[in-house]
Amino acid sequence: MKVRIHVSLKPGVLDPQGRAVHHALEGLGFSGVEDVRVGRLIELDVADGTSDADLDAMCRQLLANMVIENYSIEKPETARAAA
Amino acid sequence: MAFRGAVITFPGSNCDRDMAVALEKVSGEKALRVWHGDADLPERLDFIAVPGGFSYGDYLRCGAIASRSPVMRAVIEAAGRGVPVLGVCNGFQVLTESGLLPGALMRNAQLTFTCRTAPLVVENGQSLFTSGYETGSTVHLPVAHHDGNYFADEATLDRIEGEGRVAFRYADTVNGSQRDIAGVLNETATVLGMMPHPERAIEADHGGSDGRTLFEGAVGALVGT
Repeated sequence: MKVRIHVSLKPGVLDPQGRAVHHALEGLGFSGVEDVRVGRLIELDVADGTSDADLDAMCRQLLANMVIENYSIEKPETARAAA
Repeated sequence: MAFRGAVITFPGSNCDRDMAVALEKVSGEKALRVWHGDADLPERLDFIAVPGGFSYGDYLRCGAIASRSPVMRAVIEAAGRGVPVLGVCNGFQVLTESGLLPGALMRNAQLTFTCRTAPLVVENGQSLFTSGYETGSTVHLPVAHHDGNYFADEATLDRIEGEGRVAFRYADTVNGSQRDIAGVLNETATVLGMMPHPERAIEADHGGSDGRTLFEGAVGALVGT
Protein backbone atom coordinates (compact mmCIF):
# COMPACT_ATOMS: atom_id res chain seq x y z
CA MET A 1 0.00 0.00 0.00
CA LYS A 2 1.42 3.35 -1.00
CA VAL A 3 0.86 6.11 1.52
CA ARG A 4 1.73 9.75 1.09
CA ILE A 5 2.72 11.89 4.06
CA HIS A 6 2.45 15.62 3.50
CA VAL A 7 4.50 17.64 5.97
CA SER A 8 3.98 21.40 6.12
CA LEU A 9 5.02 24.20 8.44
CA LYS A 10 2.39 25.19 10.96
CA PRO A 11 0.49 28.41 10.27
CA GLY A 12 2.32 31.31 11.86
CA VAL A 13 5.77 29.73 11.55
CA LEU A 14 7.77 31.93 9.23
CA ASP A 15 8.90 29.98 6.16
CA PRO A 16 12.15 31.46 4.79
CA GLN A 17 12.17 29.05 1.84
CA GLY A 18 8.59 29.88 0.94
CA ARG A 19 9.41 33.55 1.08
CA ALA A 20 12.36 33.10 -1.27
CA VAL A 21 10.26 31.12 -3.74
CA HIS A 22 7.53 33.76 -3.53
CA HIS A 23 10.08 36.44 -4.29
CA ALA A 24 11.40 34.46 -7.25
CA LEU A 25 7.90 33.97 -8.66
CA GLU A 26 7.31 37.71 -8.46
CA GLY A 27 10.64 38.19 -10.22
CA LEU A 28 9.29 36.04 -13.07
CA GLY A 29 6.31 38.36 -13.37
CA PHE A 30 3.67 36.27 -11.57
CA SER A 31 2.09 39.06 -9.58
CA GLY A 32 -0.99 37.30 -8.23
CA VAL A 33 0.76 34.96 -5.78
CA GLU A 34 -0.39 35.78 -2.27
CA ASP A 35 1.85 33.46 -0.27
CA VAL A 36 4.12 30.43 -0.70
CA ARG A 37 4.75 27.68 1.84
CA VAL A 38 7.29 24.96 1.12
CA GLY A 39 6.62 21.55 2.61
CA ARG A 40 7.67 18.03 1.73
CA LEU A 41 6.09 14.87 0.47
CA ILE A 42 7.18 11.51 1.84
CA GLU A 43 5.97 8.40 0.01
CA LEU A 44 5.85 5.20 2.02
CA ASP A 45 5.26 1.75 0.65
CA VAL A 46 3.89 -0.13 3.63
CA ALA A 47 2.28 -3.49 4.23
CA ASP A 48 -1.44 -3.59 3.45
CA GLY A 49 -3.36 -3.18 6.65
CA THR A 50 -0.77 -0.95 8.33
CA SER A 51 -2.83 0.78 10.95
CA ASP A 52 -3.58 4.47 11.09
CA ALA A 53 -2.14 4.45 14.58
CA ASP A 54 1.20 3.18 13.26
CA LEU A 55 1.22 5.77 10.49
CA ASP A 56 0.47 8.49 13.03
CA ALA A 57 3.27 7.22 15.25
CA MET A 58 5.73 7.30 12.34
CA CYS A 59 4.81 10.93 11.68
CA ARG A 60 4.95 12.01 15.29
CA GLN A 61 8.15 10.17 16.17
CA LEU A 62 10.23 11.01 13.11
CA LEU A 63 8.69 12.28 9.89
CA ALA A 64 7.29 15.56 11.24
CA ASN A 65 8.63 17.84 13.95
CA MET A 66 5.53 18.65 15.95
CA VAL A 67 7.09 21.89 17.25
CA ILE A 68 6.99 23.50 13.83
CA GLU A 69 5.19 21.16 11.44
CA ASN A 70 1.83 19.61 10.70
CA TYR A 71 1.30 16.45 8.72
CA SER A 72 -1.49 14.81 6.81
CA ILE A 73 -1.71 11.20 5.67
CA GLU A 74 -3.08 10.34 2.25
CA LYS A 75 -3.98 6.71 1.72
CA PRO A 76 -5.29 5.16 -1.52
CA GLU A 77 -8.85 5.11 -0.15
CA THR A 78 -8.79 8.72 0.89
CA ALA A 79 -7.23 9.64 -2.45
CA ARG A 80 -10.17 8.02 -4.27
CA ALA A 81 -12.60 9.65 -1.92
CA ALA A 82 -11.03 13.00 -2.63
CA ALA A 83 -11.03 12.48 -6.40
CA MET B 1 38.35 11.97 40.45
CA ALA B 2 39.57 12.03 36.89
CA PHE B 3 37.19 13.68 34.45
CA ARG B 4 35.33 11.28 32.17
CA GLY B 5 33.90 13.01 29.13
CA ALA B 6 32.42 11.35 26.04
CA VAL B 7 31.97 12.65 22.50
CA ILE B 8 29.30 11.08 20.29
CA THR B 9 30.04 10.53 16.61
CA PHE B 10 27.26 10.12 14.06
CA PRO B 11 27.78 9.41 10.35
CA GLY B 12 28.46 12.95 9.11
CA SER B 13 29.70 14.46 12.37
CA ASN B 14 32.66 16.70 11.59
CA CYS B 15 33.35 18.62 14.80
CA ASP B 16 33.75 15.53 16.98
CA ARG B 17 37.55 15.62 16.91
CA ASP B 18 37.65 19.34 17.78
CA MET B 19 35.26 18.65 20.65
CA ALA B 20 37.43 15.80 21.93
CA VAL B 21 40.56 17.98 21.67
CA ALA B 22 38.85 20.79 23.59
CA LEU B 23 37.83 18.42 26.39
CA GLU B 24 41.29 16.86 26.51
CA LYS B 25 43.15 20.19 26.57
CA VAL B 26 41.03 21.51 29.39
CA SER B 27 40.63 18.36 31.50
CA GLY B 28 43.93 16.64 30.80
CA GLU B 29 42.00 13.41 30.27
CA LYS B 30 41.41 11.56 27.03
CA ALA B 31 37.85 12.00 25.77
CA LEU B 32 35.97 8.72 25.25
CA ARG B 33 34.58 8.34 21.74
CA VAL B 34 31.15 6.80 21.26
CA TRP B 35 29.70 5.62 17.94
CA HIS B 36 26.05 6.40 17.11
CA GLY B 37 25.11 2.75 16.82
CA ASP B 38 26.21 1.92 20.34
CA ALA B 39 23.26 1.27 22.58
CA ASP B 40 25.23 1.88 25.77
CA LEU B 41 27.44 4.71 26.96
CA PRO B 42 30.65 4.17 28.94
CA GLU B 43 30.03 3.98 32.68
CA ARG B 44 30.52 6.82 35.16
CA LEU B 45 30.45 9.62 32.63
CA ASP B 46 30.81 13.19 33.90
CA PHE B 47 29.99 14.89 30.61
CA ILE B 48 28.53 14.05 27.19
CA ALA B 49 29.15 16.17 24.10
CA VAL B 50 26.98 15.95 20.98
CA PRO B 51 29.11 17.66 18.32
CA GLY B 52 28.43 19.58 15.15
CA GLY B 53 28.33 18.30 11.60
CA PHE B 54 25.74 16.83 9.28
CA SER B 55 24.49 13.76 11.09
CA TYR B 56 22.90 11.27 8.70
CA GLY B 57 23.40 13.82 5.93
CA ASP B 58 20.82 16.16 7.48
CA TYR B 59 18.23 14.15 5.56
CA LEU B 60 14.61 14.66 6.61
CA ARG B 61 15.53 17.47 9.05
CA CYS B 62 18.85 18.41 10.63
CA GLY B 63 19.35 16.09 13.57
CA ALA B 64 16.02 14.29 13.24
CA ILE B 65 17.38 10.87 12.31
CA ALA B 66 20.31 11.16 14.71
CA SER B 67 17.90 11.96 17.53
CA ARG B 68 16.37 8.46 17.06
CA SER B 69 19.68 6.59 16.92
CA PRO B 70 20.47 3.90 19.52
CA VAL B 71 23.05 6.06 21.29
CA MET B 72 20.59 8.90 21.78
CA ARG B 73 18.31 6.68 23.83
CA ALA B 74 21.26 6.21 26.19
CA VAL B 75 22.05 9.95 26.12
CA ILE B 76 18.44 10.84 26.97
CA GLU B 77 18.51 8.34 29.81
CA ALA B 78 21.82 9.73 31.11
CA ALA B 79 20.52 13.31 30.86
CA GLY B 80 17.55 12.17 32.92
CA ARG B 81 19.96 11.04 35.62
CA GLY B 82 21.56 14.51 35.55
CA VAL B 83 24.68 13.77 33.48
CA PRO B 84 25.56 17.10 31.81
CA VAL B 85 25.04 17.15 28.04
CA LEU B 86 26.41 19.80 25.68
CA GLY B 87 25.10 19.95 22.11
CA VAL B 88 26.78 22.26 19.64
CA CYS B 89 25.41 23.24 16.20
CA ASN B 90 24.08 19.97 14.73
CA GLY B 91 24.29 18.67 18.30
CA PHE B 92 21.88 21.43 19.36
CA GLN B 93 19.55 20.37 16.55
CA VAL B 94 19.79 16.76 17.74
CA LEU B 95 18.95 17.76 21.32
CA THR B 96 15.84 19.71 20.26
CA GLU B 97 14.73 16.88 17.96
CA SER B 98 15.19 14.42 20.81
CA GLY B 99 13.06 16.52 23.15
CA LEU B 100 15.85 17.26 25.64
CA LEU B 101 15.54 20.96 24.78
CA PRO B 102 12.51 22.99 23.70
CA GLY B 103 12.05 24.49 20.25
CA ALA B 104 13.41 23.68 16.81
CA LEU B 105 16.12 24.94 14.49
CA MET B 106 14.91 26.14 11.10
CA ARG B 107 16.59 27.34 7.90
CA ASN B 108 18.40 30.67 8.45
CA ALA B 109 16.08 33.57 7.70
CA GLN B 110 18.49 34.97 5.10
CA LEU B 111 18.71 31.47 3.53
CA THR B 112 22.50 31.55 3.39
CA PHE B 113 25.08 29.48 5.19
CA THR B 114 26.61 31.81 7.77
CA CYS B 115 30.25 31.33 8.80
CA ARG B 116 31.86 34.04 10.91
CA THR B 117 32.77 34.98 14.43
CA ALA B 118 29.71 36.31 16.22
CA PRO B 119 29.47 38.40 19.38
CA LEU B 120 27.22 36.79 21.99
CA VAL B 121 25.80 38.10 25.23
CA VAL B 122 26.02 35.67 28.14
CA GLU B 123 22.46 35.79 29.47
CA ASN B 124 23.01 33.31 32.29
CA GLY B 125 26.48 32.98 33.81
CA GLN B 126 25.24 30.76 36.63
CA SER B 127 24.92 27.40 34.91
CA LEU B 128 27.40 24.54 34.99
CA PHE B 129 28.44 25.44 31.44
CA THR B 130 28.58 29.21 31.76
CA SER B 131 29.98 29.70 35.25
CA GLY B 132 33.26 30.93 33.78
CA TYR B 133 31.51 33.91 32.21
CA GLU B 134 30.05 37.03 33.77
CA THR B 135 26.32 37.36 33.21
CA GLY B 136 25.82 40.19 30.72
CA SER B 137 29.34 39.97 29.29
CA THR B 138 30.00 39.70 25.57
CA VAL B 139 32.02 36.80 24.18
CA HIS B 140 33.05 35.97 20.64
CA LEU B 141 32.53 32.49 19.19
CA PRO B 142 32.48 31.14 15.63
CA VAL B 143 29.16 30.29 14.03
CA ALA B 144 28.91 28.06 10.95
CA HIS B 145 25.45 26.86 10.04
CA HIS B 146 22.62 26.89 7.53
CA ASP B 147 19.85 25.92 9.94
CA GLY B 148 20.38 27.87 13.14
CA ASN B 149 17.18 29.88 13.19
CA TYR B 150 15.79 29.07 16.62
CA PHE B 151 12.02 28.75 16.82
CA ALA B 152 9.68 28.14 19.73
CA ASP B 153 6.16 29.41 20.31
CA GLU B 154 5.68 32.61 22.31
CA ALA B 155 4.59 30.82 25.48
CA THR B 156 7.69 28.62 25.41
CA LEU B 157 9.93 31.61 24.73
CA ASP B 158 8.41 33.52 27.64
CA ARG B 159 8.82 30.51 29.90
CA ILE B 160 12.47 29.80 29.10
CA GLU B 161 13.34 33.51 29.35
CA GLY B 162 11.57 33.72 32.71
CA GLU B 163 13.40 30.65 33.99
CA GLY B 164 16.81 31.98 32.97
CA ARG B 165 17.22 29.22 30.41
CA VAL B 166 18.51 31.42 27.60
CA ALA B 167 22.25 30.89 28.05
CA PHE B 168 23.51 32.94 25.11
CA ARG B 169 21.95 35.54 22.84
CA TYR B 170 23.41 36.90 19.61
CA ALA B 171 24.49 40.51 20.07
CA ASP B 172 23.39 41.15 16.49
CA THR B 173 21.02 39.25 14.26
CA VAL B 174 22.78 36.20 12.81
CA ASN B 175 20.11 33.86 11.47
CA GLY B 176 16.66 35.18 12.34
CA SER B 177 16.37 33.28 15.63
CA GLN B 178 13.40 34.18 17.79
CA ARG B 179 14.63 36.83 20.24
CA ASP B 180 18.17 36.25 18.87
CA ILE B 181 18.52 33.15 21.04
CA ALA B 182 21.82 31.33 20.46
CA GLY B 183 21.87 28.81 23.32
CA VAL B 184 19.24 27.20 25.54
CA LEU B 185 19.35 25.25 28.82
CA ASN B 186 16.95 22.54 29.98
CA GLU B 187 14.85 22.85 33.17
CA THR B 188 17.68 21.68 35.42
CA ALA B 189 20.41 23.59 33.51
CA THR B 190 22.29 20.31 32.99
CA VAL B 191 21.70 20.24 29.23
CA LEU B 192 22.91 23.08 27.01
CA GLY B 193 22.36 23.40 23.27
CA MET B 194 23.99 26.19 21.29
CA MET B 195 24.63 26.98 17.64
CA PRO B 196 28.01 28.76 18.10
CA HIS B 197 31.10 26.57 18.41
CA PRO B 198 33.01 26.90 21.71
CA GLU B 199 35.26 23.98 20.72
CA ARG B 200 36.58 26.05 17.82
CA ALA B 201 37.71 28.84 20.16
CA ILE B 202 40.04 27.30 22.70
CA GLU B 203 43.41 28.70 21.53
CA ALA B 204 44.23 32.40 21.21
CA ASP B 205 46.55 31.47 18.33
CA HIS B 206 43.59 29.97 16.45
CA GLY B 207 41.37 33.01 16.56
CA GLY B 208 40.19 33.28 20.16
CA SER B 209 39.81 31.44 23.41
CA ASP B 210 36.35 32.49 24.60
CA GLY B 211 35.13 28.94 24.08
CA ARG B 212 37.81 27.52 26.36
CA THR B 213 36.15 29.38 29.25
CA LEU B 214 33.03 27.24 28.81
CA PHE B 215 34.97 23.97 29.03
CA GLU B 216 37.10 25.24 31.91
CA GLY B 217 34.01 26.27 33.86
CA ALA B 218 32.21 22.99 33.25
CA VAL B 219 35.21 20.69 33.83
CA GLY B 220 36.26 22.70 36.90
CA ALA B 221 32.79 22.42 38.40
CA LEU B 222 32.58 18.70 37.65
CA VAL B 223 35.94 17.67 39.05
CA GLY B 224 35.70 20.10 41.94
CA THR B 225 38.74 22.23 41.25
